[in-house]
Amino acid sequence: MISELQQILDRLDVSADWVGLRTVKETVSHRGMQDGIPRSNSKSASQGVMVEVLVNGQIGYGATNSLQLEDLQAAAKAAAAQAKAASQWAVYPMGATVRPKVVGQYSSPYVKPFDALSAGEINQILAQACQTMKVSEAIVQTRAMAVTNETESWFVSSNGSEVYQKFMLLETHFGATAQEGSVVQQRSDNGYLARCYQGGWELLPIDSLQARAYQIGAQAIELLTAEECPTTKTMLVLAPDQMMLQIHESVGHPLELDRILGDERNYAGGSFVKPPDFGKLSYGSKLMNITFNPTVPGEFASYDFDDTGAPAKKEFLIQDGILQRGLGSLESQARLGVDGVACARASSWNRPPIDRMANLNLEAGTDSFPDLIQDIESGVYMESNRSWSIDDQRYKFQFGCEYARLIENGQLTKTLRNPNYRATTPEFWHSLVKIGDESTWQIYGTPMCGKGEPNQAIRVGHGSPICVFKDVEVFGGGA
Amino acid sequence: MEPTFDRLITQLRSLLTAEEFFKLTLSGEQSQFVRFNHAKVRQTGNVRDGGISLTLIQNGRTASRRLDFTGSWETDWYQVKDALEDLRQELPQLPEDPYLVIPDGKATSRDVQTGKLLEPEAIVDAILPEVSGLDFTGIYGGGSIFRGYADSAGQKHWFATDSFALDYSLFTADGQAVKGTFAGNQWDQTAYAAKLTESKHQLDRLAQTPKPIPRGQYRTYLAPAAVADLISMFSWGGVSEAALQKGGSALGMLQRGEKQLSVQFNLNEDFSRGLVPRFNEWGEVAPIDLPLIQAGKLVNTLISSRSAKEYGKTANGASGGEGLRSPSVSPGSLSNSDILKALDTGLYLSNLHYLNWSDRPSGRITGMTRYACFWVEKGEIVAPIENLRFDETLYRFFGENLLALTDTQEFIPEVGTYGGRSVGGLWVPGALVEGFTYTL
Repeated sequence: MISELQQILDRLDVSADWVGLRTVKETVSHRGMQDGIPRSNSKSASQGVMVEVLVNGQIGYGATNSLQLEDLQAAAKAAAAQAKAASQWAVYPMGATVRPKVVGQYSSPYVKPFDALSAGEINQILAQACQTMKVSEAIVQTRAMAVTNETESWFVSSNGSEVYQKFMLLETHFGATAQEGSVVQQRSDNGYLARCYQGGWELLPIDSLQARAYQIGAQAIELLTAEECPTTKTMLVLAPDQMMLQIHESVGHPLELDRILGDERNYAGGSFVKPPDFGKLSYGSKLMNITFNPTVPGEFASYDFDDTGAPAKKEFLIQDGILQRGLGSLESQARLGVDGVACARASSWNRPPIDRMANLNLEAGTDSFPDLIQDIESGVYMESNRSWSIDDQRYKFQFGCEYARLIENGQLTKTLRNPNYRATTPEFWHSLVKIGDESTWQIYGTPMCGKGEPNQAIRVGHGSPICVFKDVEVFGGGA
Repeated sequence: MEPTFDRLITQLRSLLTAEEFFKLTLSGEQSQFVRFNHAKVRQTGNVRDGGISLTLIQNGRTASRRLDFTGSWETDWYQVKDALEDLRQELPQLPEDPYLVIPDGKATSRDVQTGKLLEPEAIVDAILPEVSGLDFTGIYGGGSIFRGYADSAGQKHWFATDSFALDYSLFTADGQAVKGTFAGNQWDQTAYAAKLTESKHQLDRLAQTPKPIPRGQYRTYLAPAAVADLISMFSWGGVSEAALQKGGSALGMLQRGEKQLSVQFNLNEDFSRGLVPRFNEWGEVAPIDLPLIQAGKLVNTLISSRSAKEYGKTANGASGGEGLRSPSVSPGSLSNSDILKALDTGLYLSNLHYLNWSDRPSGRITGMTRYACFWVEKGEIVAPIENLRFDETLYRFFGENLLALTDTQEFIPEVGTYGGRSVGGLWVPGALVEGFTYTL
C-alpha cells in the first residue's frame, strides 16, 4: 500500500507546499448478547484516504472512501482550494516543520489472531457469561459483548514520510442489572467497556472470565441490600478502574494544548491550565507522577507515530506534582510555544488529526493495598465508574461508581451502594496522600473519548495504582 | 447515489433464496467543514463518506455486514455480493434469536429536500467578516446527507437533504461566552447578520465580573437550549420500553405511578416538520405524532418491533435504540417578555453542559451551567455567574417544582457530527423551576 500511495502522491496535480496521504483500513467485528440471546453479530469494513495539503500556511483536507486516482485528485484539489481561500484567515501560519519526514512501522503485540475463534465459539462464550452472571432471579438483565478491531494505517508525504502501523484491539464488556422493587443496581467488568487492550483473543482467558462473570452477578445482588453511601467528607480510596476516569477527565483533558489555545471552547471546552503554568504549577501532591506513554505493550493507545508522523515516546506531564508539559501536537507546540508530545491523532481517515491524550498513566508508588488502608479509621473505597461529569474548564467534577466498601479501622467492611464523590481538580489532586505499588497497578481504557469539531471518538488507555485521597466529599443516591 | 442503491436492491432480491430475508440500510454525506477559533480558520476540509449495512436473516438467525458505499456500482456491488456470501457462511454457526424482526410490509417513501448552500470556497468570506474583532469560535458543517432503507419484502425508503449548521460561541476577554446556532438549508446572509447582532447584544450583558453563587437551591429559568439538554437524557434510559422492562430507565417510578410529573409537562415524538426520516431500521414508518408524556403521565413508551416481540407489546415505529428522534415539548403560558419578571430572583440559565445520570432509578441528573448564565434580582439581570454544578431529579424540575413553561417553542438543532452530520433537532419551550439544586 505504501508504494501505491506513493505512486498516487506522485501523480497528484495540486499546487501545494506540502501534501500528505493517510489511508486507514478498519475491520471491526461486534458480537453481543443480552440475557443469553444474540443481539449483535455484525462486522464492518471501511477504508478511506485523508488528503492533506499545505497552501500559504493553511492546511486543507479532503477525505474520501474511494481509492480511485480521479477521486483522490478531486479531494486534493478541493482541499487546496479551501486552504487557499482560508489562508488569509489562518489562525496560525503553519510551515512544513509541523509535518517532519519520518519513516517507520509499528504493530500491536498479539498471540491469537482474530480468526482464531469462530463466530459460533464467540457466541458460546458470551452466552455462557450471561448464564453465569444470572446468579439469581433478581438479575433482570445480563449483557456480554466482545469487539475486535484490526486497523491498519499508511502515511506518505511529499517530504518523504513513509509510516505503516497495524493495531489489533479487543474490547469486552460484561454487565448485570439487579432489581428488587424500586431498587436497581448495576455491576460490570470494571465499568462499561473499560477492559480494552491491544492484542488478540489471548486477552480473553475463558476460565477467569467465568469467575469474573459470577462476581459481577453476585455483587449486583449484594448491592440491592447494601447501605447507601454516606454523605460526608472522608478518606476516599479509588481503585484503578475509577482512577482511569479520574486521570482522563481531570488531568488528560485539561492538559490538551488545543483546549488551552481555545480550539475546543465551542464544544469540549477550555482549561483552567494557562500557558505560564507549564514548568511551575503545583498540580497535585508530590506523589503525583503522570506520564504520556504510548510505549506500554498492550495498552489501548500505544503507537510509535501519531497521525502526522511525529515519533512517540514516554514523557512526564506531571512530575512530583509539578506540571511539566502539555498534551499537544507539533502544530499546537508551534502555536503556543510550549513543549508537548506526539499526540496528533484522528478517529479515522475521515477526520483531521487533533490533540489527543493516547495512554496517560499514573506511575506507581510503594504501598501495598493493606498498607494503603491500614491507617484509615474511617473512609470509603470505590470501584468502577458509572457516572461522570466535569465542567468545561475541567475544574468542578462529580463522578459516581458502581460499587463501594466502607473502611473502618484499617479494614474493608460493609458494602455501599450509589457511591459518588465531587471536588475541584486542584483540591482533589493535592489531597492525594498515598499511592499504591506495582501490585495494585492496572490498565484500562475506553474506545469512546469524545472531542473535536467535527466530532471524533477515539481510543485512550490509562494505567493507575490504587490511590488514597483525604477529606473528599462523598454521597449516596436518592433524591 | 440513489440509482446505485436501487440497483443494489434489485440485484440482491434476485440472488435471495426463498428462506432468506435481507435488509439494506444506507447512510452517507458529502460535507464541508470549517472550524474557527479567534475569528480565524483553524481547520478546513471536506468529507465524502457513506456506509451500507446488509442484514441477512435465515432460520431464526441473523447477522450483518457494514461496508463502504462509494456510489460506484462496480465497487459497491462487488462488496455487497461478497458480504452476502460471508453472511451465508456465518449464519449457521449462530444461535437462534427468538426476538428477531423479519422484514414485512410494502411501505415506501421518498423525501428529497434540496437547499441553497454556500460554495466551499465562499464559506469563510461569508462568515468571518461579520465577527471581525470578536473572539468567535465554532464550526460550519454543510452539504448533502442521504439515508436509505430497502428489504426483501419490498419496502424502500429514501431521504436526502441539503443542510448546514453553524454552531458558534462568542467569548468575552475573561472567558464568559454566548452560544449560538444558525442552521437550515438556505444560506441567508441577512439572517446570519441578524443572528450575530442578537448574539453580540447578549455578549454585552456578560461584560460584568462573574458573580460567585454559593451552593444551594435557587429559583431557575432554563432557556430552551438548557431544556433540550435535559430532554435529550430521555433518550438515554428514559422513554425506551426495553429500558423500562430491564430496570434501566429513569422513568420507572413514573410508569409505576410512584411519581408523576407536572400536569404542564407534555412530551411528544412529533415528525410533522419533516426534518428527520420517519422510517426506522426495519423500514417501519413512525406515526406523525406520538404522545409519550401527557399532563405529567407516561401514556406511551417508544416500542421497537424487537421489544414488542420480547415483551408482548405493540410496536410504534420506534428505532432499535428506542431513543427520541423528533421530540417536542408543548409550550405553556409564560410569555417571553415576562420571563425575568416571573423569575424575580434567581438564576437564568441559557445552556447546560456535560449531563449524566447521577442516580438513574431516581431520575437524578448532574451537569454544569455553561454560556450566558446570569444572576437575576427583582426581575433584572445583575451579573453573569461563575459556573455551577447542579444535581437534581427530573421528578422535581419537570414535576412538583415546575412553575411554568414559555408560550413559544424554540428549535434546537442537532449539530453532532460523530460518525457523520446529524439531522433534525428538538422543539422545546423554556421552563421556570422552583428550588433547583446546585451542589458545587
